[in-house]
Amino acid sequence: MRVSMSNLLELKGVHTHIGAYHILHGVDLQIPEGQLTMLLGRNGAGKTTTLRTIMGLWQATQGSVHFKGKQIGGPGGQQPTPLIAESGIAYVPENMGIFGDLTVKENMVLAARKARNADELDTARLEWIFGLFPALKKFWLYPAGKLSGGQKQMLAVARAIVEPRALILIDEPSKGLAPSIINNLITAFNELKRQRTTILLVEQNFAMAKALGDRVAVMDDGRVVHHGAMADLAADEALQQRLLGLSLAAHQ
Amino acid sequence: MTEGPDVNTTTTTSPIVPAPAAPSAIPRAQFDWKPLGLLAALALIALPLIGSPSTWITLTIAGLAMGLIVFIIASGLTLVFGLMDVLNFGHGVFIAVGAFVATSVMAGMSSWAGSPSVLLNLGAVFCAMLAAMAVAGALGLAFERVIVRPVYGQHLKQILITMGGMIVGEEMIKVIWGPQQQSLPLPEALRGAFLIGDAAVEKYRVLAVVIGLAVFAALLYALNRTKVGLLIRAGVQDREMVESLGYRIKRLFIGVFVAGSALAGLGGVMWGLYQQNVVPQIGAQVNVLIFIVIIIGGLGSTLGCFVGALAVGLMANYTGFLAPKVALFSNIGLMVAVLLWRPRGLYPVTSR
Repeated sequence: MRVSMSNLLELKGVHTHIGAYHILHGVDLQIPEGQLTMLLGRNGAGKTTTLRTIMGLWQATQGSVHFKGKQIGGPGGQQPTPLIAESGIAYVPENMGIFGDLTVKENMVLAARKARNADELDTARLEWIFGLFPALKKFWLYPAGKLSGGQKQMLAVARAIVEPRALILIDEPSKGLAPSIINNLITAFNELKRQRTTILLVEQNFAMAKALGDRVAVMDDGRVVHHGAMADLAADEALQQRLLGLSLAAHQ
Repeated sequence: MTEGPDVNTTTTTSPIVPAPAAPSAIPRAQFDWKPLGLLAALALIALPLIGSPSTWITLTIAGLAMGLIVFIIASGLTLVFGLMDVLNFGHGVFIAVGAFVATSVMAGMSSWAGSPSVLLNLGAVFCAMLAAMAVAGALGLAFERVIVRPVYGQHLKQILITMGGMIVGEEMIKVIWGPQQQSLPLPEALRGAFLIGDAAVEKYRVLAVVIGLAVFAALLYALNRTKVGLLIRAGVQDREMVESLGYRIKRLFIGVFVAGSALAGLGGVMWGLYQQNVVPQIGAQVNVLIFIVIIIGGLGSTLGCFVGALAVGLMANYTGFLAPKVALFSNIGLMVAVLLWRPRGLYPVTSR
């Protein structure tokens, strides 16, 4: 099945069940190449489940997920998670997935599939990452489990960009972080945008969404209920109120 | 940032980007020494109770030898549990198979084992060990495929079916080698003891300590200095994230299972030589001990397994001398005491 070239990732009518619970009820979502798409919605709307379904950590029971025009998810074409990752998708889960007993260096070496050890990391790229997140250089040989929450989030993002990836999925990076750290992350994401990295970013923080998003998709009750340019949503307060009313009040 | 990312030589003391927000020095990872102190405390408490220093030395070396053999056997089990949450109660079968393969190899090489040459003696032992590891590893591959794979994620079924697998294995051993006890005599050069002052130290125990330390060093190297080792340590903590980074954890797990089975086979040879005989039930006998060890150490932790095994080996030898009747209880008592102190074991794996 061919998908138009401008969409790097496309979900069509995706349903996902977790045990007895029916979480996604037909998600349609297009992620255009080279843009940052925000995925918004109140708690329980299905944002995290959508990301996990894309990664193959949960499997769609109906519908399909296509990446670069090739099916990676859904009945009849489900790929295992490692192959999905290998095809060029990086994932920063909500819990950050840091290996706490390993050092920052070891976490980075694992994220770089091509590197057998730290000497084989791309030094220019590493310098660029250290520029974005100086704390990682400082704590390079320190067990990642002892880092602060913000530093762990930086490490989680750094792992996703240690090698070039076609698409980066990031689940609520601002959760529980101080404003100064959030600003640091926004700077980093802007730098990624400048390099035309395709990103799908789940967020509850509307200010951050407004600052970063090119496109936006809003989910409610397991479906995508709005899809458009972030600027349009940011300018239309009535629409914000209708789509995000509750979650906005709770998160601003 | 002008300095290159000199990742190879970067140490905690080298100049790293100054962080104005953090006035303290570069933090350094603290190694947790307390569990090692436990070993020292065990040995020191035993000294006055035993009284004679020479007996104490003999018992301590015996305890370390036993502990290292138990470590070799248990190290694979703890990683298998850590990586895939698989409770393999059939691990003992690899011990028994290794020991029985060794009896056949040693019997077949009796001219080497019986010769006065130390080199030929050691050659026979090493051939027996290699053969035992190969057979146990191959059996591990089949065991994982047939018995473990259908019950991933189902603990109760794992316990039942792996125990069943061990019983089947035990019966197969009886079919091949017969139900009787087989003798596994030490070659000439390894019999007897060195005398250090008044203390008699059996030669074989010294060899066991040397091999045990070599295996421990090799494991530490593999786990800390190779990418596969990093993947294993990462997989023990968060296997979903390892998959999300693009690695096939099931292949890794099969590799660990086979390596763990081969190590159990090696441990079986060493245990058999330690006892100088083997029975088909040897696996079930050692099973209890190795589960105590991996629980004491913290499930999934290699260092914990090492310290736990040494503690169990020392405890078993000291109490075996001081109060033989409580020898088995003493290890369970040790486990209870450790769990009261650290409920998740000596070196708990984080994020489990």
